[in-house]
Amino acid sequence: MNTQAIIEEIARDSYGRLLAYLAVRAGDFCAAEDALSDALLEGLRQWPETGVPANPCGWLMAVAKRRLVDAARHQAVHRREEEKIGLLIEQAQTAELPDDRLKLLFVCTHPAIDFAARTPLMLQTILGLDGGRIASAFLTSPATMHQRLVRAKSRIRAAGIPFRIPEAAEWPERVGFVLDAIYAAYSTGWDCAAEGGDSQLAAEAVFLARLLVRELPSEPEVRGLLALMLHCEARRAARFSSRGAFIPLSQQDPALWDYAMIREAESHVAQAAQLGRTGRYQLEAAIQSVHAARRDHPSINWPIILEFYDALIAQSDGIGASIGRAAALTESGDPQAALDALNRLPSQRVANHQPYWATRGHVLECCRRPEEARQAWQRAIGLTETPSLRAYLSDRMVRVGEERD
Amino acid sequence: MKYMLLFKETEADLAQRNDPEKAPAYWGAWAAYCEALAGSGIMQSGEGLQPPSTATTVRIRDGKREVHDGPYPESKEMLGGFFVIDVPDLDAALEWAARSPSASYASTEIRPVLPPMTEA
Repeated sequence: MNTQAIIEEIARDSYGRLLAYLAVRAGDFCAAEDALSDALLEGLRQWPETGVPANPCGWLMAVAKRRLVDAARHQAVHRREEEKIGLLIEQAQTAELPDDRLKLLFVCTHPAIDFAARTPLMLQTILGLDGGRIASAFLTSPATMHQRLVRAKSRIRAAGIPFRIPEAAEWPERVGFVLDAIYAAYSTGWDCAAEGGDSQLAAEAVFLARLLVRELPSEPEVRGLLALMLHCEARRAARFSSRGAFIPLSQQDPALWDYAMIREAESHVAQAAQLGRTGRYQLEAAIQSVHAARRDHPSINWPIILEFYDALIAQSDGIGASIGRAAALTESGDPQAALDALNRLPSQRVANHQPYWATRGHVLECCRRPEEARQAWQRAIGLTETPSLRAYLSDRMVRVGEERD
Repeated sequence: MKYMLLFKETEADLAQRNDPEKAPAYWGAWAAYCEALAGSGIMQSGEGLQPPSTATTVRIRDGKREVHDGPYPESKEMLGGFFVIDVPDLDAALEWAARSPSASYASTEIRPVLPPMTEA
């Protein structure tokens, strides 16, 4: 393998870990990033001649630390504090690299940082994803995303956001922000790109959730989020036919689901439940667990799903839970109640919301109002990005009114 | 802020318009998109265009008029239509551009519209 390839591999596997270590000690993102990229460049320059060191990560860390110390000394004339930091970095052990990514997760999702920047910042610093890719995933221009990230990093420095795990009192809220950012990364990976989604981004979100479960084993919502994502991941192979056609959950073949993942999800749901504090992610995971039971019990327990949705609606003001509940009401045999519930949602919030129109079409079809169903689906198609989903909805639109068997 | 969404399509994409098998899906997707745009209340103006084969191009070079049949320059993706929308920012415009059918089979370009020229 050539040096370039080795460096790239290290950057991919260890970037977040190295950066977290440096940033936590320097208390400064930008300085840590500069030092790390200097070290990577240095490796690229030296290694072709000297050979790749036995412990390339340790080597990079040593070089980056030296850079940070130099930079801190350089500025120490103005700020005595930096000198102290320089010393801390110098004394820190290189041999054993503690995993500081958790602290970095909390920094990236700090409430003082613009909400829109939190998930991208996390992806860039912890996973080392490049800005262009992050911008595409979040459907933002690369220039805007770059600006957003730079602003967030300077804000961390300017506002003096501490690189530490928060105090117990702020714990629930802060963990919530971290979870939301991870879930945003997952959903973006799931929705974006064409068919099948950006599985790498989704896999990275799952990776972060696993890391979090390991670090915070007694936070039930962390397990809830991991379980929710595992349930979705388990269905990846069943979401599309061999010809690439979209298959909704109710028509997926359970034989194609990944039961190792489902079992892991179930075990997290169960462990979370024992901790006795319910929350949004646990409820959503629980709903998915009921669906996953379809392999062994073909009839789905809709009443329990409705109960979970009621609890979910009581916890959040998002319209997603209300739409999910309407779909569940329809399946449990009361489409009219579902339609009434959909009609009560504020019209300006649903105007451009694709899932609302898609669900509305289904509910209307079950109410035997084919003309209105067609109109709702038409609207849903216009709000859809992926061709497979568009094709699925068009097909339902064409066939509405035909007898359902 | 006003943005123009320019829908680029290749010759093969445009040929779907008159292909009896493909035309319903082609026009169906565009009709649904137009309706979603209309429903959102951000639409300012817009038109679909006849295919580039119907275009005529004029250039003036060295004081002489040059008239060509067809668009200029020839490129793989050509303009199939455009909409002007009024949305808060580029992110919102990108969201609508991503929903356009041409974004999944060719491309959709987003350009901010120049403010109206003021009288001197």
